[in-house]
Amino acid sequence: MIIRFRAVSLRVHPRSVTVVITLLLLTFVLAAISMTTGDFPLSVSEVVRTVLGFGDPATEFIVNRLRLPRVLIAILVGAALALSGAVLQSLTRNPLGSPDFIGFAHGSATGALIVILLFQGSMAEISLGALAGGMLTAALAYLLAFRRGVQGFRLVLIGIGLSAMLLAANNYLVTRASLTGAIAAQTWITGTLNGRTWNQVVPLLIALALLLPPTVYFGQKLALLELGDDKARALGVPVEITRLALLAISVTLAAVATAAAGPIAFVALTAPQLARKLTAAPGSGLTAAAATGALLLVAGDLAVQRLFASPLPVGILTSAIGGTYLAWLLVREWRRGRL
Amino acid sequence: MRPALRGLGLVVAVVALGVVIVLSVWLGLRNIPLSQLWRVLWHHDGSVEAVTVHDVRLPRTLLGVLVGAALGLSGALMQALTRNPLADPGLLGVTLGASTAVVAGIAFLGVSTVSGHVWIAFVGAAAASVVVYLLGASGRGRATPERLVLAGAAITATLYAFNSAMLLLSPQSFGQFRFWEVGALAGRGSDVLAQVAPFLLAGIPIALLLARPLNALALGDQVGKALGAHVGRTRVLGVVAVTVLCGAATAAAGPIGFVGLAVPHAARLIVGSDQRWVLPYSAVLAPILLVGADIIGRLVIAPAELQVGIVTAFIGAPVFIALCRRSSPGRF
Repeated sequence: MIIRFRAVSLRVHPRSVTVVITLLLLTFVLAAISMTTGDFPLSVSEVVRTVLGFGDPATEFIVNRLRLPRVLIAILVGAALALSGAVLQSLTRNPLGSPDFIGFAHGSATGALIVILLFQGSMAEISLGALAGGMLTAALAYLLAFRRGVQGFRLVLIGIGLSAMLLAANNYLVTRASLTGAIAAQTWITGTLNGRTWNQVVPLLIALALLLPPTVYFGQKLALLELGDDKARALGVPVEITRLALLAISVTLAAVATAAAGPIAFVALTAPQLARKLTAAPGSGLTAAAATGALLLVAGDLAVQRLFASPLPVGILTSAIGGTYLAWLLVREWRRGRL
Repeated sequence: MRPALRGLGLVVAVVALGVVIVLSVWLGLRNIPLSQLWRVLWHHDGSVEAVTVHDVRLPRTLLGVLVGAALGLSGALMQALTRNPLADPGLLGVTLGASTAVVAGIAFLGVSTVSGHVWIAFVGAAAASVVVYLLGASGRGRATPERLVLAGAAITATLYAFNSAMLLLSPQSFGQFRFWEVGALAGRGSDVLAQVAPFLLAGIPIALLLARPLNALALGDQVGKALGAHVGRTRVLGVVAVTVLCGAATAAAGPIGFVGLAVPHAARLIVGSDQRWVLPYSAVLAPILLVGADIIGRLVIAPAELQVGIVTAFIGAPVFIALCRRSSPGRF
């Protein structure tokens, strides 16, 4: 469907729009549920009043200090990871070309583990360590892959090599640590939203606001790049620069999300795949992927808080939900005889 | 590379593997002169040296060779089957299936011996890969590479979640599991070797025999069929071989990553994409890496040991990166 308004024309895929709106509504409903339920149940109107600044001190603390930042982080981190995965999978034209498999996340984890195990650092220091680790790994991979320009596939392979070393280093650090330290490290590696505050939300919000315009600008060109370098060039896309920008965006998105919540596994891998299957639209589908990622993480975090007595990391449930849902989609396609 | 050089290269690699094997039996914490090594190798005279060689170093070295060959071959098979150069043998859910079974064994059954872990891990690996294959094959009775990859990712994610939850809920299990997870050849005696060797020895010829049909399938299912390859049979045999090889290797030595992913790449960079060469090269290069890493792990912080999974990554990855830099990576 094509919408024209004066000089502007916009191509709209109706099913994608429906899917994205549904996903956003679901995310909103789940966010509302996780703001109102819990050890201290609140009504929707109380929550709204408190968020707007008219609540009493007790609800003020619970809503604005505990629940709101947590829900916001879940939405932002989920969307960022899914976007990062969607960009990278589209660039490499490979469903395995996600940050999970290439594993710049292992670099973030190494940075965080060093801070946790060797310096017993605070949460802010852990985030900084993770950010530094992730970006250093990506920069190193880029430098090592540079030979008269960077070929995407070579970068991916070198990323895998680097991350294998970092994963080994992480495992080694965990075997050398005391059991308490090892469990703290394992919790961080699984990815958790427990104990997150505005201190993590604000930098995340700023980083994503800065990343949004370039993501939208370069994201439009992904569909052209998927045609192959030669065709994209013929259609007027500066291939090398676009690819470099997209790689940098994807890596930064993953690193920022990881710094806030730890390397939450499989969101970057499953969310874009789920979005693609739901919208049945061609192309990279960045918006749908971001909405799916946000929904996955909000749902996972809600389930983790309400289903288990002890606070488990959310990474566990996002992989469980994402994995089973993907499996279910595959089975459903089989029943319908598609594919 | 020219055909004659490929053969020569394979001979050189086999000789190098022989040297690594000798070094692995010779070197270690207990210093044994070469002449004495030769004597006790053939006459088990009950001396400390003879016990060291026969009960510790020989089984460990043989296990390293078999596990290495299995990982290299199953990686090459997996990449050819899914036509995805980023596929690693763990993608079928084999590695995580084994891990999940070991975690469950530690947490629920209290299994704490290495030889006890072997059977449990093997059962878990087999079960997971059967589920992945059924899920992938469900589309009109055919397992296309894309569906196998997605099914593998789905099951891997789910098992990973289950694992992490169990480990975090039961710190004692995590205390044991974190050492299994690293991947090691140390402490695996001849009992472990006897448990897994039959599976590994059965899987290796199956893998090597698949080279020709896989070459045909590399061009796509249609072309492969036209060239006379049995698409379904090749894929089922391939999955069986990957499960047996990678499952037994993981059961014996824990989840050793990277080898199965990187060695086939290295092999393709050397010999091109002909599976008749890629498979044998992978089967020889991988044990050189694994046994070599095991020797270094034994010596570098003696008297303690560095687990082989860690050393493999630290030796293999720089070589792999250098290879990727030198030539353009081989696609399919």
